[in-house]
Amino acid sequence: MGLLDFFRKTPSSANVAKERLRIIVAQERSTRGAPDYLPTLRRELLEVIRRYVNVDPSAVQINLGRDDGHEVLELSVALPEDARSGSSG
Amino acid sequence: MAEIIVVTSGKGGVGKTTTSASIACGLARRGKRVAVVDFDIGLRNLDLIMGCERRVVYDFVNVIQGDCALKQALIKDRRLDTLYVLAASQTRDKEALTDEGVRRVLEELAAEGFEYIICDSPAGIERGAHLAMYFADRAVVVVNPEVSSVRDSDRILGLLSSKTLRAEQGNGGVKEHLLLTRYSPRRVANGEMMSVADVKEILGLDVVGVVPESPDVLSASNAGVPVILNGESDVSAAYEDAVARLLGETLPMRFIEEPKRGFFARMFGG
Repeated sequence: MGLLDFFRKTPSSANVAKERLRIIVAQERSTRGAPDYLPTLRRELLEVIRRYVNVDPSAVQINLGRDDGHEVLELSVALPEDARSGSSG
Repeated sequence: MAEIIVVTSGKGGVGKTTTSASIACGLARRGKRVAVVDFDIGLRNLDLIMGCERRVVYDFVNVIQGDCALKQALIKDRRLDTLYVLAASQTRDKEALTDEGVRRVLEELAAEGFEYIICDSPAGIERGAHLAMYFADRAVVVVNPEVSSVRDSDRILGLLSSKTLRAEQGNGGVKEHLLLTRYSPRRVANGEMMSVADVKEILGLDVVGVVPESPDVLSASNAGVPVILNGESDVSAAYEDAVARLLGETLPMRFIEEPKRGFFARMFGG
């Protein structure tokens, strides 16, 4: 560390690397071990839902978790504000 | 009972073969009976690093396909009496490495009385890498303190905990260790490189060794001498420590601090 570095305020590149890795590793670990069919399941469910409600692709979340030794497949669909009017026609 | 240790990383060029050769030599130097096996079918290199490339007659795939007996394919090291090398095949297709074939060869090595079988994994996550780790009891994950290597290592850790025999049997899984290579204490001190603690924290694993960046690694590979045998170098000592830790010894980590510099060097960042 030289005299000039003393006045530098930007985070070190090592810290930037560490933060980026912390985020991406956590994200990749959360999907690790999930069955290979999850992305297909998600896409097909989305197609069915969109026949009735016009939802955004990102509005369908599928998670596989564990609860007391049982595997739980959790499906959450965020309906848009005007979903009711849209589904009547 | 043989212990199978896979040396793996995901990313290429981080020092898997260098590490395999040095760990194998380190164990053999302590009198252990060691076989080191190259799983990189089509890109054989362990023989060069071990300095026995001109003595390869039969290889791993020859043994699997029954072209020769295991004993004919094992190359005895000229420096260490209890060390043998099994070279990868250079020409045949990767499909030649089969689950059943690998299992048979490993069982035969154990029956021959080898105490340690070091599996030098190819880069990537394809068949060779999969089979190198599948039968392992322990894994040494070689990682550089650099973003792509750390991320790939995490991917490999995921495979070790799911796609291995031990994971499938549910008997505690594969014991995993991290080994950092190309470590530069000076760059860590300058904030240009992640530290041992950073990598350890991100991957959540114990570190079995830290090997400093050094020109000695290239000169050792030029000469075909595993770098651990290279006299008094820091790299050699770092690998020797790693071998001791693999055998259960507790040693302080060396070569991770920057040597003290003078006043002027510190003031002007020289």
